[in-house]
Amino acid sequence: MSKILSVYTNKITKKFGSFTAVDNVDLEVYQGEIFGFLGANGAGKSTMIRMLCGLLTPSAGEAKVGGYDVYKESELIKKSIGYMSQKFSLYNDLTVAENIDFYGGVYSLNKRNIQEKKGEIAVELDLDRQMNRLTKDIPVGLKQKLALACAMLHDPGIIFLDEPTSGVDPKVRKDFWNIIYQLSEQGKTVFVTTHFMDEAEYCHRLSIMHQGKIIALDSPQNLKKKNEENSINDVFIKLIRSQIDADYQ
Amino acid sequence: MIKIESVSKSFGDILANDNISLIIEESQIVGLIGPDGAGKSTLMRQLCSLISPDLGHIEIDGLDTVKSQREVRTLVGYMPQRFSLYPDLTVEQNILFFAELFDVPIKERKDKLEKLYKFSNLKAFSKRQAGKLSGGMKQKLALSCNLIHTPKYLFLDEPTFGVDPVSRQEFWELIFQLRDEGITVFVSTPYLDEASVFDKLALIFNGRLIAYQQPSAILAAFPYQIFVLQSTHYDYFAQMANVVYLHLFNKNINIAFSTEPSEEQWQEWLDKRIILTYEKKKTTLEDVFLLQSKHSVEL
Repeated sequence: MSKILSVYTNKITKKFGSFTAVDNVDLEVYQGEIFGFLGANGAGKSTMIRMLCGLLTPSAGEAKVGGYDVYKESELIKKSIGYMSQKFSLYNDLTVAENIDFYGGVYSLNKRNIQEKKGEIAVELDLDRQMNRLTKDIPVGLKQKLALACAMLHDPGIIFLDEPTSGVDPKVRKDFWNIIYQLSEQGKTVFVTTHFMDEAEYCHRLSIMHQGKIIALDSPQNLKKKNEENSINDVFIKLIRSQIDADYQ
Repeated sequence: MIKIESVSKSFGDILANDNISLIIEESQIVGLIGPDGAGKSTLMRQLCSLISPDLGHIEIDGLDTVKSQREVRTLVGYMPQRFSLYPDLTVEQNILFFAELFDVPIKERKDKLEKLYKFSNLKAFSKRQAGKLSGGMKQKLALSCNLIHTPKYLFLDEPTFGVDPVSRQEFWELIFQLRDEGITVFVSTPYLDEASVFDKLALIFNGRLIAYQQPSAILAAFPYQIFVLQSTHYDYFAQMANVVYLHLFNKNINIAFSTEPSEEQWQEWLDKRIILTYEKKKTTLEDVFLLQSKHSVEL
């Protein structure tokens, strides 16, 4: 793996009033890496992602994404990353083609570019005949792949996936991960959050966040070895439980 | 006991449930497993008497879900996929609201509330607005709201959606505790690792029930040996007539054959570098799921 930094943070911190959502986090993610960003509900994952996407200004610390500074160059960051989440992705009341047009417009692609991309997506996802269907009427798995394609219309080098597979069945999840692997092979950096621990095992490296801090960061294999567990699920439960116990004392 | 007899339900042209029959014994956790759009929620909503079957019928403790809808509803608790708690009400207000809805006698409420707090660990948060709870706590509150009237049957539609592993584990500990106290739980989940510890699983594909057994029996009934091949020759295997199961995953091919290749055959593939390695793989519920998905048409 080439060692070009895609995401770099140094003691990045975000406070909301007296509450510290992200607490002195150091992170280095390299180009082409599939990086799993795990944590309990409310651990600070979304806040972190929003800072890295240039949507939220940190309270302190340094951060660079794709070489751009999150304080001064957030607009450039937005142009060089893709973002997809299960919660917000496509407009259900628009057709498939209209969604592509819309996202193409958001990313300032010109008309010819959008047409080209539309053709590519139609071939890749085999949805030529679905182009004029309403997005709400296409199968969930296809919708999810389309959402990813839309998030990547501007060909970003880094893609943030925030629980991209919540609410989809095991086959669709597996298909989706094959796409993630392809992206990684093309040299794209994939920064992904998930609550499915089998998916965590697929990442090159992963971190586990608890109350704003990164409490573990390594490859899945090393994390399992270090914690003497057979699965990332068990590693996760062990680490978070021990943190919770420590917090009580 | 729940008796589902030849139940069919259509929405327009879509046959969501196709002649489903099954019996759910008491004090069991039964998992409902199937792809998106297989008809899981439809079945669950019929069990709760929210919608009626087109054909066939459902009995809960001998009561017909259509004819005796009111009585049935006192027996069941139902947690839909996206639970609509009142985010502006506190934890306690939400639970009491449900107590009111289900006509729980006022003098019993306090006792029940304490019991629910004890098992959910929500007491410290009783004055917190439901909208400000973490995902796992929200699910526990939703469950508590459904337990306030002490249902005998609990129907849970993907209850651990978007919930982290620690909260999920806590949630299941609660559910197993309820089962041991005599509650029957019928639950759908996309997490196959969770499902592998249930008492029984009902597999539903394209609206049809294709298996209803203990998880171990479902795995044992898997007809093929799966091999993991390190190989880039997906197309080569895709063309073979006796390949019954084929999945590419991160440069590994998972494959099963109707007749297993001979030693010579494996050696030939190795010699020709069609495969670099091969090994037998233990069947998992995911394999069962993927094999079925291959045979069913994607909607």
